[in-house]
Amino acid sequence: MNNIDFSTKVIEMKGITKKFGDFVANDNIDLTVHKGEIHALLGENGAGKTTLMNVLYGLYLPTEGEIFINGEKVQITNPNIAIEKGIGMVHQHFMLVDKFTVVENIILGKETTVKKGNWNTGHLDIKRATKEVEELSRKYGLYVDPNAKIEDITVGMQQRVEILKALYRGADILILDEPTAVLTPQEIEELIQIMKSLTGQGKTIIIITHKLREIKQAADYCTIIRRGKKIDTVKVSDVSEKDLAEKMVGRQVNFVVDKKDIEKGEVVLNIDNIVIKDNRDLNAVDGLSLELHKGEILGIAGVDGNGQSELIEGLTGLRPVESGKIILNGEDITNKTPKYIIERGISTIPEDRQRRGLVMDFSMAENFILEKYHKEPFSHGNKLNHDEIRKHAKELIDKFDVRPRNEDQLAKALSGGNQQKVIIAREVTNDPDVLIAAQPTRGLDVGAIEFVHKSLVEQRDRGKAVLLISFELDEIMNLSDRIAVIFDGKIVAILDANKADEKTLGYLMAGGGVDDERKQA
Amino acid sequence: MNALNDLGLIIGISLMYAAPLIYTALGGVMTENSGVVNIGLEGMMTIGAFIGATVGYYSGNPWLAFLCAGLAGGVLALLHAVACVTFSADQVVSGIAMNFLGPGLSLFLSRVFFEGATMTKPIPLDQKMPRPLNGVFAQNSFLDLVFNQYATVYLAFLLVFIVWYILYKTKIGLRIRAVGEHPRAADTLGIDVYKVKYLAVILSGVFAGFGGAAMSLAAVSNFRATLISGQGFIALAAMIFGKWTPQGSMWACLLFGVAQGLVVYLGGTNIKVSSQLLAMIPYVLTLIILMSFVGKVTGPAANGVPYEKNKE
Repeated sequence: MNNIDFSTKVIEMKGITKKFGDFVANDNIDLTVHKGEIHALLGENGAGKTTLMNVLYGLYLPTEGEIFINGEKVQITNPNIAIEKGIGMVHQHFMLVDKFTVVENIILGKETTVKKGNWNTGHLDIKRATKEVEELSRKYGLYVDPNAKIEDITVGMQQRVEILKALYRGADILILDEPTAVLTPQEIEELIQIMKSLTGQGKTIIIITHKLREIKQAADYCTIIRRGKKIDTVKVSDVSEKDLAEKMVGRQVNFVVDKKDIEKGEVVLNIDNIVIKDNRDLNAVDGLSLELHKGEILGIAGVDGNGQSELIEGLTGLRPVESGKIILNGEDITNKTPKYIIERGISTIPEDRQRRGLVMDFSMAENFILEKYHKEPFSHGNKLNHDEIRKHAKELIDKFDVRPRNEDQLAKALSGGNQQKVIIAREVTNDPDVLIAAQPTRGLDVGAIEFVHKSLVEQRDRGKAVLLISFELDEIMNLSDRIAVIFDGKIVAILDANKADEKTLGYLMAGGGVDDERKQA
Repeated sequence: MNALNDLGLIIGISLMYAAPLIYTALGGVMTENSGVVNIGLEGMMTIGAFIGATVGYYSGNPWLAFLCAGLAGGVLALLHAVACVTFSADQVVSGIAMNFLGPGLSLFLSRVFFEGATMTKPIPLDQKMPRPLNGVFAQNSFLDLVFNQYATVYLAFLLVFIVWYILYKTKIGLRIRAVGEHPRAADTLGIDVYKVKYLAVILSGVFAGFGGAAMSLAAVSNFRATLISGQGFIALAAMIFGKWTPQGSMWACLLFGVAQGLVVYLGGTNIKVSSQLLAMIPYVLTLIILMSFVGKVTGPAANGVPYEKNKE
């Protein structure tokens, strides 16, 4: 806070409106950011915060409005101009070339080349570039290994590479788009330190996020955007998380999920020492064992890429299990077909709802019967019974409040939240013994998240078992009865949810517990 | 003839037949590293072979002919780039169109320039590609059989080095590879993705044109409809086998060259194998290599995916 120079407005956006056809993504938004400030942009998915920053970075042209950088009026028509004006952007999905080294990624587009007199040879000077990158990384405390390939380094380091990329181009203003979405709690802590040290050195940071806690921890000011409109700009120290949430959503928000106290029942799913390979033929799941009981939500916490996707694919029959056993209600279902596994009582809310969960070009009604189209009453012999399919769709649309209320609507025309409702409606009506929910709230807004959480808890309260896989630690901690931590394809610890705290989980997720064991051994 | 000279003969023929493949495979390396699949290389080779033979016949200057062949391939590749880069057309479909267009145009123009004939008139021996090392070694000695090659053969190997240098040591090479791996990343850094792709695709056509001319101006001395029959596809297979690198593709092309060398050599001996069966060797080899390698090696991450700037 003491870094802020209130006399210098580095960014002033006035009356920014951005329309895509009839859709107004930004509606007359004002934004002022002072030098040395960490300014948070808060809003739900689709509220228009990323659009606003894409306007600032020159990826979109505003329909109306003016932008001033350091008091000077500018027209930012492409990213090159933004870069020239000292604006750098770290995108939510990293813009890094996996096969390139850290240095190559940083210099791309602004390459260091050998010059002979006035003649630029175009020959890359990797040695000098490496030195420049090392200096930069020392100056800002952003540790990276310059010669490592991106595909071999951690997500945290990849993010530091992205920040260095912006700094290498002389950025004074950094835009970070959802920077914590992929980080462990410890890495988030580190990132906040980096942001504070950067503002200490005169940089200005805008962070786009929907996570309230991080705003409280890191930001000085916060601008809240709802449905394309600016709601307010507040000094973060003056408001509570609850205030922020209400401004973001526009109504009261209930943070706590209501759960009945119920006894967990017998074991319904027993995963015994399974090994599953990934696409590169490495053991992604490597001797994993887990027991899932009736009437519990078992959360699997872990950083992306520790075998979660392969585990789900193995359990649902999409990927072969090399060794070990999966027992469902006493029956060995290892390496059975997906159809068989669904019929035996495992239903799944898949990780990627658009690729695995729905056929995007099918109507809602057709998507509802993907798993039961071959059964009465939806088909008779080889012929589909469209009357029954529509009737079924109408019932589910009513029951799960899917919008729009039109069973002929194509899945691709639905919002993310409604797509997820279609999937949940379909899976829950299977009345499964085990419901696997993989990243069930990824990319959804608060209202939809509440709905998903309620549905999962309902399953549990009905005595069913829920296996929840999520990268959102808050979600795991709020919903689960027990929490299993996955690291490197193994369950490294199982904790009771009421005894688990974020710090311990973060430590375990980063492989902390494993190292201790190795030291002892 | 002793065994050493037989070996020399095989190596010599192999090199001669490998050269056209190397040019074309290098074209494939260029375009696919920028993320554009170009199966139209076959057609670009054909038009290059025709233009090379025609310009060679009328001008008597093999170098002018060689350059014109590259130009012709480049023009065809420009069409491919317009379709695939600017209009985001399906790259395979556009490539197939090029493979109809190249031979079709060649035969049509051949009838125009050579009194209705579907083959060009032979180029006199002294107006073909020169052999820079002719007469340095004793005639028909091992060294002579191996090294007394047309200039296009030496140039092919030089081009391998040049393409390697450009791709891995220069700024433009870094940009080409970045565009093939992650075009949006390149775009956000202010690199003109379309420009880079255009450059790489056009160069691929130029190289394929060179490859065609290396057949019609050196390996043989005229153009006919069957001259380029699958070499473009074999070169593509070699590029995959060579893991999309210039040096790897070169080794793969040499292997295919040896197959061709064996075909020619065995055809000239007393071994009683039907020539049709022998002629199958390079194609069978292509099949075997593709079956055992495709799927196991991965090319540039964004290869074959059209890039659209304003789409998330």
